[in-house]
Amino acid sequence: MDNILAILPQQLVFGLALGTVYGLIALGYTMVYGILFMINFAHGEIFMVGAYVGWWALTLLLQAQPGGLHAAWALPLMLLPAMLFTGVLGMGLERFAYRPLYLRGATRLGPLISAVGASFFLQNLVMLTQGARMKVYMTGVLFPRGWRIQVFGASISALVIVMFVVAGLMMWGLHLLVQRTTLGRSIRAVAEDREMAAIMGVNVRRVIAATFFLGSALGGAGGVLVGLYYTQIDFFMGYSAGLKAFTAAVLGGIGNIRGAMLGGLILGLVESLAVTFMNPAYKDVVAFVILILVLVFRPTGLLGETVAEQEKV
Amino acid sequence: MAPRGWQRSMAMLLGAVALAGPLLAPNDYWIGVMARICLYATLALGLNIVVGYAGLLDLGYVAFFGIGSYLYAFLASSHFGLHLPFVVALPIVIVLTACSGILIGAPTLRLRGDYLAIVTLGFGEITYLLLINLDRPINITGGPSGIVGIDAPALAGFVLSHNTQYYYLFVGALGLTLLASARLRHSRIGWAWQAIREDELAARAMGINTTVAKLQAFAIGASFAGIGGCFLASWQRSVFPDNFLFTESINILAMVVLGGMGNLLGVVLGATLVVALPEMLRDFQRYRFLVFGLMLMVLMVFRPQGLLSFRGRSGLPQPLADGSPPNRSGADSSRLV
Repeated sequence: MDNILAILPQQLVFGLALGTVYGLIALGYTMVYGILFMINFAHGEIFMVGAYVGWWALTLLLQAQPGGLHAAWALPLMLLPAMLFTGVLGMGLERFAYRPLYLRGATRLGPLISAVGASFFLQNLVMLTQGARMKVYMTGVLFPRGWRIQVFGASISALVIVMFVVAGLMMWGLHLLVQRTTLGRSIRAVAEDREMAAIMGVNVRRVIAATFFLGSALGGAGGVLVGLYYTQIDFFMGYSAGLKAFTAAVLGGIGNIRGAMLGGLILGLVESLAVTFMNPAYKDVVAFVILILVLVFRPTGLLGETVAEQEKV
Repeated sequence: MAPRGWQRSMAMLLGAVALAGPLLAPNDYWIGVMARICLYATLALGLNIVVGYAGLLDLGYVAFFGIGSYLYAFLASSHFGLHLPFVVALPIVIVLTACSGILIGAPTLRLRGDYLAIVTLGFGEITYLLLINLDRPINITGGPSGIVGIDAPALAGFVLSHNTQYYYLFVGALGLTLLASARLRHSRIGWAWQAIREDELAARAMGINTTVAKLQAFAIGASFAGIGGCFLASWQRSVFPDNFLFTESINILAMVVLGGMGNLLGVVLGATLVVALPEMLRDFQRYRFLVFGLMLMVLMVFRPQGLLSFRGRSGLPQPLADGSPPNRSGADSSRLV
């Protein structure tokens, strides 16, 4: 027991770091859902593509500067292309796989199946072009092992702090964007009532495309961070991460941006606690059981839905 | 509404083709593929009851398939030393799988639309994780290596051994489940399901006990998966957790949606496409799932209502005249079609 208590702070730190990243990916699900009422099943794959683009950027940087890289400028140079690429990819998916469906007012399952198709497609595209074997992130070059601080018996590496800060900054930026800017107001208006927003002069299609860009870019950033954290990526990584992030989004109340962050943190913590106190094989079971309990007793998630379906019975 | 006579002659034609199937197949491998089509069509019909008839989006349907398969493996293999005959084990498995449908369905009754989807998805994942981990401390499921040495089905002393024989067993079962689905659709329960799908509140106001009706949908849908599970376990002679991954749930859902939800022939067509397409693309081995994914997207973009669906019949929300999407409040959250 003493042993467990000794590693508990450490596990909590891991849980928080992982939780912020889950939250970051969950934002993509929650924003798209809030605006289109559609589960974007390909979002996990977008996250995976982000991890690959980040890996490419790091590899190129290492070739250009074999002497050594400093995280302060290397990390933004990885995040930026990854976010741009995944953002544009998300917009492309929206344009070609989803827009024709929602414009025609298709069934709600249509876009879901189309997203599943996109997910298969992206997974296999990456597997065919990048190979089925995993790629290794040279995290050690950016964040040497020695960079860590001790807090309450937990040894926190610089990478974990950076993950926390980057994810936190992005969430804060998104929050400002949604609450303070014209685009943000249009997004909220479209989520509230698409038709009314259109009547008021909001360009609905452009707002939906922008939402896809933002959500996908955040997912791509999550991919880079997760790649750095686990140091290994493969074409199948989007599956379980996407599932977890979606769980986090629902846990917090889907369509609710703050809910996604809260859900991500809770999921990350629960997972790390489950690993500490139980058989690690059951950590996903614990995550899903908590999800089911929350939904059974509070069917709209922890923070409720802010944009969605309140007027309905 | 499609003309009934047209549908009847189509059904008879398809039945004739199904019976002659093994004669038309180029080799034993394709007879196996056809048997798998029938097996999955049975599963898809079960999911069609939950999703297509009652409008409850179930993303963890594969859980019932897995439960059915493992139950049969427990009852008819040397794993627990039980060797119940097929005709005894099958009804037991069907009843128990239906019970599992009620067990999993009960906590989800209050949930709407996509929340229901994620909870059923959670149950599917939990089932998979339990199957893969319950070999310790007591060996129940055999863990990742599954259960092997399952008895082949014996019907009145005749032991099935060839793909062709399994094929006819599966075709027979598919015929029965098709008939059951068609009869259910126009039964009292069937109308109750469709009323819930269209508007749950209105259904309740009309005196439908929505709790009972939803549980019936889950139970009957699960029992079809129980049949499929028995078939898979006895055909493969083994079961593994990896037979019941989440992607399998999605595949079965794709079968239901591709053909046209709620349309029985459409569901069979969907099962045929989802099983046969990757097989036909086998020459492009490496590219087949790439192409499969692309085809799913293209099909949805050009025929979002499914291949064999008739517009207006299932009350699809019509787009507005200017091409903008229909009002959200018109597309109720719990409604899928």
